[in-house]
Amino acid sequence: MKELEIAKTEVVSLLNTLIKEYKVFAPVGQNGFITFQEIHSGSEAFLDYINSKKPPKEIFFPQSERLFSYDLSKGEGWSVEEPASEKKQRIIFGIRPCDARSLVLLDNVFDGQLYKDPYYSGKRKNTTIIAIGCNQPSSTCFCTSLGGGPFSQDGSDLILVDIGQKYIVQVVTEKGKKLAKKHNEFKEAEDNSLSLMRDTIETAEALIKSKIEVQKVTEKLDSMFDDPFWDLVSEKCLGCAVCTYLCPTCYCFDITDEVTGQRGERVRTWDSCAFPNFTLQASGVNPRPSSKERLRQRIMHKFNYFVANHGMAACVGCGRCIKECPVNLDIQVVLNSILNR
Amino acid sequence: MKNPYLPLPMRVEKIVIETEDKNIKTFSVKFLNDEDAANFNYLPGQFAQLSVLGEGEAPFGIASSPTEPGELQFTVNKAGVLTTALHNLEEGEIIGVRGPLGNCFPIEALESKDTIIIGGGFAFTTLRSLTNYILYQENRSRFGNVVVIYGARSPGLLLYRDELEKWEVRTDLDLHLTVDRAEEDWQRKVGVVPNIVKEIAPSPENAYAVVCGPPIMIKFTLPVLRDLGFPPERIVLSLEMKMKCGIGMCGRCNIGNQYVCKDGPIFTLAQLNELPSEY
Repeated sequence: MKELEIAKTEVVSLLNTLIKEYKVFAPVGQNGFITFQEIHSGSEAFLDYINSKKPPKEIFFPQSERLFSYDLSKGEGWSVEEPASEKKQRIIFGIRPCDARSLVLLDNVFDGQLYKDPYYSGKRKNTTIIAIGCNQPSSTCFCTSLGGGPFSQDGSDLILVDIGQKYIVQVVTEKGKKLAKKHNEFKEAEDNSLSLMRDTIETAEALIKSKIEVQKVTEKLDSMFDDPFWDLVSEKCLGCAVCTYLCPTCYCFDITDEVTGQRGERVRTWDSCAFPNFTLQASGVNPRPSSKERLRQRIMHKFNYFVANHGMAACVGCGRCIKECPVNLDIQVVLNSILNR
Repeated sequence: MKNPYLPLPMRVEKIVIETEDKNIKTFSVKFLNDEDAANFNYLPGQFAQLSVLGEGEAPFGIASSPTEPGELQFTVNKAGVLTTALHNLEEGEIIGVRGPLGNCFPIEALESKDTIIIGGGFAFTTLRSLTNYILYQENRSRFGNVVVIYGARSPGLLLYRDELEKWEVRTDLDLHLTVDRAEEDWQRKVGVVPNIVKEIAPSPENAYAVVCGPPIMIKFTLPVLRDLGFPPERIVLSLEMKMKCGIGMCGRCNIGNQYVCKDGPIFTLAQLNELPSEY
């Protein structure tokens, strides 16, 4: 489908219309940083931003999620209750292309051939993704090394390109096309806007300076499990796990029971390979006893194991782990050091 | 869509204290709903997640054999929060079960071959399942000779003692029981499992070795099997890891790119030799 366009002045009214029909999530400024939240008025959306601090993966895979609840007072009986699935259709407006792409990676895990995760898949199916490309990538962005880009379409239904007074709208999927057709804020794009769009994309791509040969990293890692490199690189890691919590592609979780009085819930929460308890067995055995094994697992999983299982690296180059690491353990530096081994 | 996280209710029909230290119990459990029972089709080597509501969930190998319909059996060593909760259960109480999970022993490959079953301590659970599966009347003729070598630290720590006595008098099974330390009335072998394997020296010809036991037993048994001539393709092991989801999603039980819950827990030594030694 040919590109559409929408005037920036129309965005708030579009969002207000969408809110009537959909649950709409958009970037919102709060406490000095950006997070994705459900908005109740179009003016709440803050679209002039680099990226959210927390990835929007939690819209599909919440940090804490009830799997089912139960009543312990029933004794003999068995009263396990699944949460009602979300009926209302949902939209994410303003997600960045790297984060949209992370959903494609997560689909491999939660929507696998053998098992489907009903909680994730349900949310994924009822959500339309409207991305806004990145005119101003950050110095920590390296999406182009991972097969993405500031205007990558992977995972989006519609993607917007900011050309000043208006957005050019690229229609990626049928789902996106349906939505765009229903709303007359979307108009056919003018030809001169399209050339502006192409310039914008080119300029943005050129702004991403970091280039890592990730495919070569994957190959190198094949024979690096026992390399002393992991002792060196893990030395300064504190094991705080912020890199995994803020990673849009990290998906490890814990499952626990939480009980209040006679009511209980089985809950899943984000977990992290950076924590010693992650693999600690009741017997006391821990196959990953120190930060060396744990950091190795994180890098190997993202850039070797995941590639072997799903044909792509489990990283989109969003740079959040670089920005937020308290000891400046830069994943780009790690990857480049691997290439230099 | 079937929800793979939802445990199905089972009643604890029987609890047997297996060992003299009372630290290991076998739970016989029965589905409350016939439909759940009919859908639970498993083979030896597979495991299930047991739930005690309010406490949590943990994975256990299925100790019963599919040839013993009606009930499932799980043998549980008291070690952590969930196993303690299980040990505190009484007959008649309800637990949750998710499964069957994971792969099974390579049953088809074992057919028409000799099977050397080597077990140590409380890791004998799925080996019990396998042995009973092979010994089952309708199955027995499809398999060759069966040698079972099973050891524990002391006679009181052997599992399934009533059943072992029945196996001892069977002629279609060659059973060798051993203990690390003998007691006065112990008439069988004395010595650690690797030494007994060496002594019995089963022929590797047309044979598979299936090994489950504590890491130290595995470590010393594998070289014995290698020296006897068992190729890595015909040495089968069952692995344990901390697990949560059991369906390859929660991310913690991997060895390299293989998930013990979904791709295992059964691996041949040849497969493990291709993976990092992180287990």
